[in-house]
Amino acid sequence: MDSLFPVTLTLNGVIATHEVSQRTTLADFLRQTVGLTATHVGCEHGVCGACTVFVDGRIARACLMFAIQAEGRDIRTLEGFAGDRRMEVLQRHFHERNALQCGFCTSGMLATAHQLLEGSPDPSREEVRESLSGNFCRCTGYHAIVDATLDAAAELNAATVAPEAEPAC
Amino acid sequence: MLKPDPAKQRDGAYVGQPVPRENARRLSQGRGRYVDDIAFRNLAHVAFVRSPHAHARILSIDTSAAQALPGVVDVVTGEEMKGLCTPWVGVLAHFPGLKSAEQYPLAVDVARWHGEPVVAVVGESRALAEDGADLIEVEWEELPAVVDAEAALAGDVPAIHPELGDNRAFRLEVGQGDTASAFAEAAVIAEEEFRFGRHTGLTLEPRSIVADFDPSLRQMTVHHSTQTPFQMQDVLARHFGLEEGNVRVIAPDVGGSFGLKLHVYGEEMAACALSIRLGRPVKFIADRLEAFQTDIHARDHLVKARMALSRDGEILAMEVDDLTGIGPYSVYPRTSAVEGNQAIRLMGGPYRMPNYRGELNIVFQNKTPMCQYRAVGHPIACAVTEGLLDKGARALKLDPLAVRQRNVVTADMYPHTSPTGYVFERLSHEECIASLASLMDYERLRREQAEARQRGVYRGIGLATFIEITNPGPAFYGVGGARISAQDGCVMKMEPSGDIRVMVSVTEQGQGTETIMAQVAATHLGVPLERVSVYTGDTQTSPYGGATWASRGAGIGGPAVMKTALALKANLLETAAVILQAEAGDLDIRGGAVVNRKDGTQRMELAELGRIAYFRPDTLPADFHPEMTAARHYVPQGYPFAFTNGIQASHLEVDVETGLVRLLDHWVVEDCGKVINPLLVEEQIRGGVVQGLGGALFEECLYSPEGQLLCGTMADYLTPMAGEMPDIHMAHVETPTLTSPLGAKGVGEAGTAAAPAAVMNAINDALSPFSAEVTQMPFTPERILTALGKV
Ligand code: FES
Ligand code: FES
Repeated sequence: MDSLFPVTLTLNGVIATHEVSQRTTLADFLRQTVGLTATHVGCEHGVCGACTVFVDGRIARACLMFAIQAEGRDIRTLEGFAGDRRMEVLQRHFHERNALQCGFCTSGMLATAHQLLEGSPDPSREEVRESLSGNFCRCTGYHAIVDATLDAAAELNAATVAPEAEPAC
Repeated sequence: MLKPDPAKQRDGAYVGQPVPRENARRLSQGRGRYVDDIAFRNLAHVAFVRSPHAHARILSIDTSAAQALPGVVDVVTGEEMKGLCTPWVGVLAHFPGLKSAEQYPLAVDVARWHGEPVVAVVGESRALAEDGADLIEVEWEELPAVVDAEAALAGDVPAIHPELGDNRAFRLEVGQGDTASAFAEAAVIAEEEFRFGRHTGLTLEPRSIVADFDPSLRQMTVHHSTQTPFQMQDVLARHFGLEEGNVRVIAPDVGGSFGLKLHVYGEEMAACALSIRLGRPVKFIADRLEAFQTDIHARDHLVKARMALSRDGEILAMEVDDLTGIGPYSVYPRTSAVEGNQAIRLMGGPYRMPNYRGELNIVFQNKTPMCQYRAVGHPIACAVTEGLLDKGARALKLDPLAVRQRNVVTADMYPHTSPTGYVFERLSHEECIASLASLMDYERLRREQAEARQRGVYRGIGLATFIEITNPGPAFYGVGGARISAQDGCVMKMEPSGDIRVMVSVTEQGQGTETIMAQVAATHLGVPLERVSVYTGDTQTSPYGGATWASRGAGIGGPAVMKTALALKANLLETAAVILQAEAGDLDIRGGAVVNRKDGTQRMELAELGRIAYFRPDTLPADFHPEMTAARHYVPQGYPFAFTNGIQASHLEVDVETGLVRLLDHWVVEDCGKVINPLLVEEQIRGGVVQGLGGALFEECLYSPEGQLLCGTMADYLTPMAGEMPDIHMAHVETPTLTSPLGAKGVGEAGTAAAPAAVMNAINDALSPFSAEVTQMPFTPERILTALGKV
């Protein structure tokens, strides 16, 4: 039987301590120990992107990290994005554009798209395709995911540009 | 982007509207509930020791160290597993002569493919079960492996199952007319050998099951990532000796299926057997290596084919020999004969081809079992037909578009019977070709292609006309003895609130089944869409049916829901008429309220009807019993299948120095009959196209000469990713089937059917200045450079 070690991390904004075995991956920790199942596991070897989460504000593959490596770090999963405007706009456009079918890739896609729009608020179609190329989707053929990401970018840009466009009074 | 039309929706006409899926809202917020997300108490986990050889005899198994490991709950070998369940054989009576051998959940005595499960180890966690599996010692005697399908029938090759005599699983000849004379008369004979590599379904959610047996009642509840809960209920009941009613199969959210999740797999049967043995829930979730080793593989065909054409490009005849390797067993319960059978019967399907001869040979080999995956047989038939047609057209210096226009079955010919006996009610090839030509601006693209060639840039345009089998009737499985339902059922009720609950036997794996069923129910009942909830995937609460496969959800489930909605509406109006002291025929339901049929004046809300019917029936006449529920079933009739049709085009660029293919654009014009939801239809097509592009360009399950599977990770099995995929442009032609009141035919497989053929033809078009050709999928840079004579 595995020995357990305590790990203290910030998980979705809350500092928490959990007991984990050395060999538990961050993905299994999130899903099995904590019960946060928005993060999915599709390959367990860093290729499919289904397990993508934020580690200290940057996307990372939760299957390639051990849970004990999360000690002292800030981990954010899709569950931790409630109230985040960029994520909510992305989610709405994924829904409206039917940019997901089975939904198994979606959390990872959203995380990647979120980071893209943070660094590049007005990406080209090619740029979106390029930056989502580490996330495998078996169902959609990607076209709708690209559309939805661009639609979200347009809405977010309209919202940030509009107040400046108003005449000063 | 497609947007719902608010005016139409106000009228309650949801059928035909691009309504987004409520499920997509839930799933986009990470609220999915896949099998592995569901919590169970006292859960045990199973891991497997697998055969490291393609073919080997088990001499001994030492489980003692694993048994002694803390955290290991149970260890079961193949021999012990034999006592826990009855064996199965993947044959059906309507494939006469098809043979296969008995199978149990684990290999007994001999393992016949690399990765076949041999010993099951149950642990308190998956990691502990794997620790136990690592401690098991199996002594093997390697046997000669039959790896290549071509070698399987050679005289000196041993039979994989000695009791079956040889390695031929099935042989079939089909045809009509006099091909010999047609070839003798031909102006041009296009002849080619096509190879279709093995690939696999690669659902992002791997195969998943939790079996939970309650010994006190001998009841088993199975949460299963499956397309076919009823089929699995039947299989589990029969092979474990349980009452069918004591087996409940629940398919929660399913993370992709594509035909992969409707076969019987040893690991899943083992998990059920172990739950019965242990009296506690047992979970199996395949990891990616296990998925590559044991999920069914697809395709694996070697086709030698030729086409006879007249001087003006008319197809006179085809002759086709298809050899396909299915691994060591025909897969249960649907058999591995369906893919080959459809491949040789679909050849030449879109065209007025008078003469045809097709021969199919299915052989056993020591590789992962092969069985139905999205577009069963279609990509083979389509690529062979379309490839030969282009080759013939090139020899005759005819334009590929024109040669297709010349040969397709025309509007005046329906109903039309193909040389292999398929009957087409009404297809729309001519409109689809015309629509494609304008959608892609064919003439301009050809001009640009010629200009680019001057600059040393080699672009290709490839076309592929297709037909797609949908809505199979009982002839597909039932007549062969399989207990796989050809009909579907629906139960619909109005609750006191006026809300509508729909239980339907077709299932959801992300394609949007539940949404289109809600659209059909809301439209024909006359209620707002948001008041309709649809429930699928639970054998205990849903009416019995075939579920979702062979693109049958909309075409068979749809009319079942439509019939039920009309029946429930009649029931509700009867009660309303009694309450309102009116004639039911003068009333209607619109916008969720009972109205006067003539002028639409509202008479009562459905919630008021519900209140009276459920809580104040005392105010109704004696002997009147309000019916608030209806149930109906629908069986496809008239034709053995429905057929859809369409055409695809690929535009790409080949780098003749590196052999790399860059996809520039892809177009699809399809006719799936009545379109219930264009948003979902288009995404079904796009997703299907990209699976086809994967098979055409990247995906291949490679084996060593000894039969070792060489792709164990997604790093060595290439998949289509966003960066390499083109935009996919679409247009629709609608030819509703007259055999169903709804007119929908289905759309699940059309994209996959023709995309590989379109890409192949585009590559060969690009390579035509070099007189180079590729016909072996996937079209890797190496194969393209070989064709160019550069390597
Ligand atoms: S599960 Fe982590 S990348 Fe696939
Ligand atoms: S929606 Fe199924 S994998 Fe992307």
